[in-house]
Amino acid sequence: MMNASMPAIRFEDVSRHFGEVKAVDHADLEIRDGEFFSMLGPSGSGKTTCLRMIAGFDRPTSGNIFLYGKDVSNLPPYERDVNTVFQDYALFPHMTIQDNIAYGLMVKGVSKAERYKQADEMLDLVRLPGYGSRKPSQLSGGQRQRVALARALINHPKVLLLDEPLGALDLKLRQQMQVELKSIQQRVGITFIFVTHDQEEALTMSDRMAVFNEGKIVQVGTPAEIYERPASPFVAGFVGTSNLVSGEVARRITGSDEMFSIRPEKIHLDSTNSEPGKEMLCIDGIIRDVIYLGLFTRYLVEIEGGSDLVVVEQNLKTTSMDVLAAKGQKVRLHWHKDHINRVGG
Amino acid sequence: MLGRVSTYLYQHPRLVLLLLLGPPLIYMAVVYLGSLFALLINSFYYLEDFTGLIVREFTLRTYGQLFQPAHLEIFSRTAIMAAAVTVIDALIAFPLAYYIAKFASPRLKTWLIIAVTIPLWSSYLVRVYAWKLILAKEGILSWFINLLHLDGAINWLLSFESIGGSSLALSPIGMFIVFAYIWLPYMILPIQTALERVPDSLLEASGDLGAKPAQTLRTVILPLAFPGVVAGSIFTFSLTLGDFIVPLSLGNSKFFIGQAVYSYQGTAGNIPLAAAMTMGPVVIMIVYLLVARRLGAFNAL
Amino acid sequence: MPSNTSSGRNASWGLKLAAIGTLLFLHVPIWIIFLYTLTPDETTFTFPLPGITFQWFGVALRRPDLWSALLISLRVAVVATLAALILGTLAAAAVYRSKFFGREAISFLLVLPIALPGIVTGIALRTAMGGLDIPFSYWTIVIGHATFCVVVVYNNVLARFRRMQGSQIEASMDLGANSFQTFRYVVFPNIATALLAGGMLAFALSFDEVIVTTFTAGQQTTLPIWIFSQLTRPRDRPVTNVVATFVILLTFLPIFLAQRISAQSSDTEGNK
Repeated sequence: MMNASMPAIRFEDVSRHFGEVKAVDHADLEIRDGEFFSMLGPSGSGKTTCLRMIAGFDRPTSGNIFLYGKDVSNLPPYERDVNTVFQDYALFPHMTIQDNIAYGLMVKGVSKAERYKQADEMLDLVRLPGYGSRKPSQLSGGQRQRVALARALINHPKVLLLDEPLGALDLKLRQQMQVELKSIQQRVGITFIFVTHDQEEALTMSDRMAVFNEGKIVQVGTPAEIYERPASPFVAGFVGTSNLVSGEVARRITGSDEMFSIRPEKIHLDSTNSEPGKEMLCIDGIIRDVIYLGLFTRYLVEIEGGSDLVVVEQNLKTTSMDVLAAKGQKVRLHWHKDHINRVGG
Repeated sequence: MLGRVSTYLYQHPRLVLLLLLGPPLIYMAVVYLGSLFALLINSFYYLEDFTGLIVREFTLRTYGQLFQPAHLEIFSRTAIMAAAVTVIDALIAFPLAYYIAKFASPRLKTWLIIAVTIPLWSSYLVRVYAWKLILAKEGILSWFINLLHLDGAINWLLSFESIGGSSLALSPIGMFIVFAYIWLPYMILPIQTALERVPDSLLEASGDLGAKPAQTLRTVILPLAFPGVVAGSIFTFSLTLGDFIVPLSLGNSKFFIGQAVYSYQGTAGNIPLAAAMTMGPVVIMIVYLLVARRLGAFNAL
Repeated sequence: MPSNTSSGRNASWGLKLAAIGTLLFLHVPIWIIFLYTLTPDETTFTFPLPGITFQWFGVALRRPDLWSALLISLRVAVVATLAALILGTLAAAAVYRSKFFGREAISFLLVLPIALPGIVTGIALRTAMGGLDIPFSYWTIVIGHATFCVVVVYNNVLARFRRMQGSQIEASMDLGANSFQTFRYVVFPNIATALLAGGMLAFALSFDEVIVTTFTAGQQTTLPIWIFSQLTRPRDRPVTNVVATFVILLTFLPIFLAQRISAQSSDTEGNK
């Protein structure tokens, strides 16, 4: 039934209006079978609404949603082969961990012995063996999250939805969970759809991702594509730091005044009498601010024409004293012409 | 099968709302609002004295009857009683409420609040009955009064036409005591809540600026406790206005609103008049509630 | 926000005395009833008591009219509580789930029977029922009681709904349970203690009620009505004391238990 070439999820001109507010505005999307797909965007951009519509907690005002070719737009959540890991975990406080995990099997009528057996297997998968008889209130945040994951996966859904699941965890734990989630996804092999507002998380974990802004999907692609070739100023600014140059200054550098972006780490500082290499673009400027960050240094350079560019360079040979002394110096900025990305304003 | 019903309901959320809200709403609208409406309608009918039948025609005659001296007397008597009970309850409640809010340790506070609400948990009717016991001619209060040689004073009080009666147990004075007793917790709790909200630092600042405790009390504490008093007064006033148990048990022939309504609709069969009389307290209550809300009383509830 | 004032603040003796006095004023009358159950005096309320006797408890137990009144009170309270549980929960669910026009009005409507004086409710019901030629009976009593019992359950259940994690319901449906299964396995366990507490409060409210009952009863006598008749035309003084004591206990207990249940469940809730 599952065709490798059939998309796991397809949005066909989906909109969700709340009165005047357009939470989701004519979204078209295809998510492929077996991929780890992220939906990234600021709060209120529509990514969570889209997730909820896939799960069935919300219904589109217009448009259709297809799950492996089947139109599920009007089906209630319990008739979709989709499971969700909630932001607040939503574990049932009055049930044990074992009963929580086995819940999906219980409502289908699976025997107690069989469903408890599978629950134990799930506990092993999420590395919480033996926790079955405890209650949710006895677990830490990270542990509850893993139980929520197990509870969803036991049903072998076609697609797993994760709604900002790592938001409540501290940094170290979050990074750990990112690795674990990714490895579980690869082991289990099903499609994961992951909602987050943290662009670093999305870049780390996804096979592909969609960037949302104000209800619209503004770009879909691999992390590298999104990062290197942002389609709009918004994407350039939201995903990683970027420098946006347009108008007069752009013309001076590239010959056209179309807006382009250039990533800080792609720019290289040199003395003002340095020769630009083949295929390199350059412009002169003055270092206005220096922030030493151990591994690298961030420079704020004011270039001719008045704009500021952020430049990031690794401290391969320089010490903190060297770099801090650079403040106020005149420099020439160089970068490869292929590294600029036209964003077309 | 249930699954299919469930899916149908999922796809028709308005139907679900109808099913959930329908029964309670219909019940309350039909039974309660309907009854109130019937009462209102009836207040516009009148009772033909000659035939003793109710004439179902729209008229303001019955309302007009409310302005007869006898009725006006009933209203004012009841209102004065309600006001007096409110005032005395505010006075009695204040020390305890003040103590609980400002001087009791958290543990003691919990126990004190329970102690104040326990009487509310014991049947209202029985608490009225208790006073029949206490106020009885040979009862405990009498014995006490004898002991203190105050019989003369009590008899003098009872001799007053307006507030006296044959005995404490059958007089407006007795009613006054019972009303004050019954509604007291309703006054203590809001005052206590209002006083809780007064930060200690205010009181300390007042003392710091040179005010003596009595001055602080008068200028800082009492004004801030006032919304609580207003909140409590909603209860004491309205409950007294509409009560007929206490007047019937401890009153005499000088009717209060509750008694009048009860007797009119009962043996007299004068439903229109009873209805019209009831409208009085209802209107007063609504106005009172609106004013109280303006004065911030609802914050203390 | 309570502040710890136990350190360094001491009330004056006057204030303490006044507070104690008020507390005594609140409680002593009830104790006096208990005291008077022991008086051998059959006709008056003389103090001090002429003696001590327990005979009236036995006499009360052998009175068929008391048993019948008790039975009617219980039957009314049980049915009114059941109606209140159903109607109150339905209303709470509706208000919790959906935003609709007139939502605040629902709470107001439900609280009216308790907010307005009992005499208003009573006479309104009597007028309407009389006008429709409905005979006054056990059922009219129940109908009257249900109007003011609903709000007690409604408040309790709604408060519990609001404290519950909404995502639990979504999670349950996400995992494959339809609405009915979700109610059975997730919603009901969460609101069970609220239903219990609300039900007990409703029971106590109905059992004790006399004003509305007087207006809506036919020939029936509930226990409060019996006591009320003793208030106006005392015939059975000592037995009334026993009955009064019994009623105190029977209304006090459910409310006390309801309070314990509510307090307990707010402590042990799995709050996230």
